[in-house]
Amino acid sequence: MPEYPFLPQTEGEIQEMLRTIGVDSVSDLFKDIPDKFEVDLAIPESEDEFSVLRDLKELSQRNTSLNELSVFRGGGIYKHFIPSAVQRIGCRGEFLTAYTPYQPEVSQGTLQMLFEFQTMICELTGMEVANSSMYDGASACAEAALMAVRINGKSRVIISESLHPEYISTVKSYCFGGNIEVELVKFDRETGQIDCGDLESKLSENVSALIVGYPNFLGVIEDLEAIRSIIGEKVLLITAANPIALGLLQAPGNLGADIVVGEGQSLGNPPSFGGPGFGFFASKEEHIRKMPGRIIGQTKDKEGRTGYVMVLQTREQHIRRSKATSNICSNQAFNVLLASIYMSLIGPKGLKDIARRCYDKAHYLANRIEKMDKLRPVFTGPFFNEFVVEFDGDLSMINSRLLEEQILGPLDLGKFREDMQNYGLICTTEANRNEEVEFFAGRLEEIE
Amino acid sequence: MKRYSKTHEWISLEGDVAVVGISDHAQDHLGDVVYVDLPEPGKKVKKGDVFCSIESVKAASDIFSPVSGEIIEVNGELDSAPETINSDAEGTGWIAKIKVSDPSEADALMDSEAYRKHCEEEG
Repeated sequence: MPEYPFLPQTEGEIQEMLRTIGVDSVSDLFKDIPDKFEVDLAIPESEDEFSVLRDLKELSQRNTSLNELSVFRGGGIYKHFIPSAVQRIGCRGEFLTAYTPYQPEVSQGTLQMLFEFQTMICELTGMEVANSSMYDGASACAEAALMAVRINGKSRVIISESLHPEYISTVKSYCFGGNIEVELVKFDRETGQIDCGDLESKLSENVSALIVGYPNFLGVIEDLEAIRSIIGEKVLLITAANPIALGLLQAPGNLGADIVVGEGQSLGNPPSFGGPGFGFFASKEEHIRKMPGRIIGQTKDKEGRTGYVMVLQTREQHIRRSKATSNICSNQAFNVLLASIYMSLIGPKGLKDIARRCYDKAHYLANRIEKMDKLRPVFTGPFFNEFVVEFDGDLSMINSRLLEEQILGPLDLGKFREDMQNYGLICTTEANRNEEVEFFAGRLEEIE
Repeated sequence: MKRYSKTHEWISLEGDVAVVGISDHAQDHLGDVVYVDLPEPGKKVKKGDVFCSIESVKAASDIFSPVSGEIIEVNGELDSAPETINSDAEGTGWIAKIKVSDPSEADALMDSEAYRKHCEEEG
């Protein structure tokens, strides 16, 4: 066996350990594994650091960095500007290395950060309590469905068809094992909002909750108050919200939502490869004991000083075992840290300004597109920073040509729905400069 | 007359209605009670079913129904004052009233003397 500087044991020590436990070689430790599982993993011989770095650089150069593109694609993950201070503060060792602690009260700094995060999520969503995060928007949505069933004991969850398709599929997976029925509600083909008639027809005694996007996957802003009045008080209203949009839109909590969840990536986290991000999860206080995830509370120690603790752990797996409210016993602490730093840096006014720019650029672009011959905006409902456009040509070809000009074009909705071939979801954020938007509009006009 | 189960619940039968709670011995072992997850009135339970859970600063514990029947009333006071279970487990700290379907099930439970011995044996 070759010696490596990062393996601290010497050959002599390894032999001594093997002798002590009574085996001849390291491979003897694995001899209980049946032969049929022995496969050649085709792992190449070790190489020196210099060569490995060269190989990795070569690999990385095959990627395209979003920083080199004009991005007009969203659909759940968004490219926003991230102030440099976010990474700088977030990568301080005290923060970076602190995992959800198993003796949590030792890590007061981590707990305080998570507490501040929960507070900001409550303010943003208009809700009373929030947990310290879930894996992502999709799993937060699925956990909200399970929570609704825990609250009212009913067995059917209805979802607007215009919720993100991957969220719908995650909710279905989570509900499958729990014998919870999932049914989809149509959206209005003209407005892109939920189809109120279809919604009414799907209501019944055993409906536990309705899940809608805010804005929905088609970019359209749902009328939550109208939805609330249709479903009445007995059905719980779950909204999956875009946190940046909440800088401009009325908070779902003020419009009748019972549970507000969403993907938090937009807040200070880069799009990366579609993750990691984090899910946020907020609820009315009356339901806190049915809420999944870890919750941090503020308290005082015996000398009257402010301190932070993990509260209501009796809901959780390590105490309640199989009767726990949920099998999530962790959070996305580092991603939440970046989000907390981001929100603290930009503040409420900053968030509003950013949201306003996202909105303005998208509406400017939509106005330009309306005047074009070969493109048509599809839905008439109000939208935030995303809208659906129907293309005359083959959208995947158009996107390839746009990419040659360093433009990441619209999300091809034909990949998600048979009836949306050559429908593109166009997105703008504050990170699209005005000249970029202008150039993109020009290219859309010219490209065949 | 109060009768006790091996799992430390008590009942007091009046006609066909049993008042159910946990024993003073049980509350002493649980420590400070912080939350009682009360059942819904109207729920049907069988003897031995979990019908309620109690959270203390130490643990969350399931409470088993000593008799079969239908829950007709719960002690709503415990929502705002769960510590009543600590101060008066076998009185104002009652949990639920169950309309029993088979009063003979109560006969199989222990009287206070037998229960005292049972607790001593458990240590």
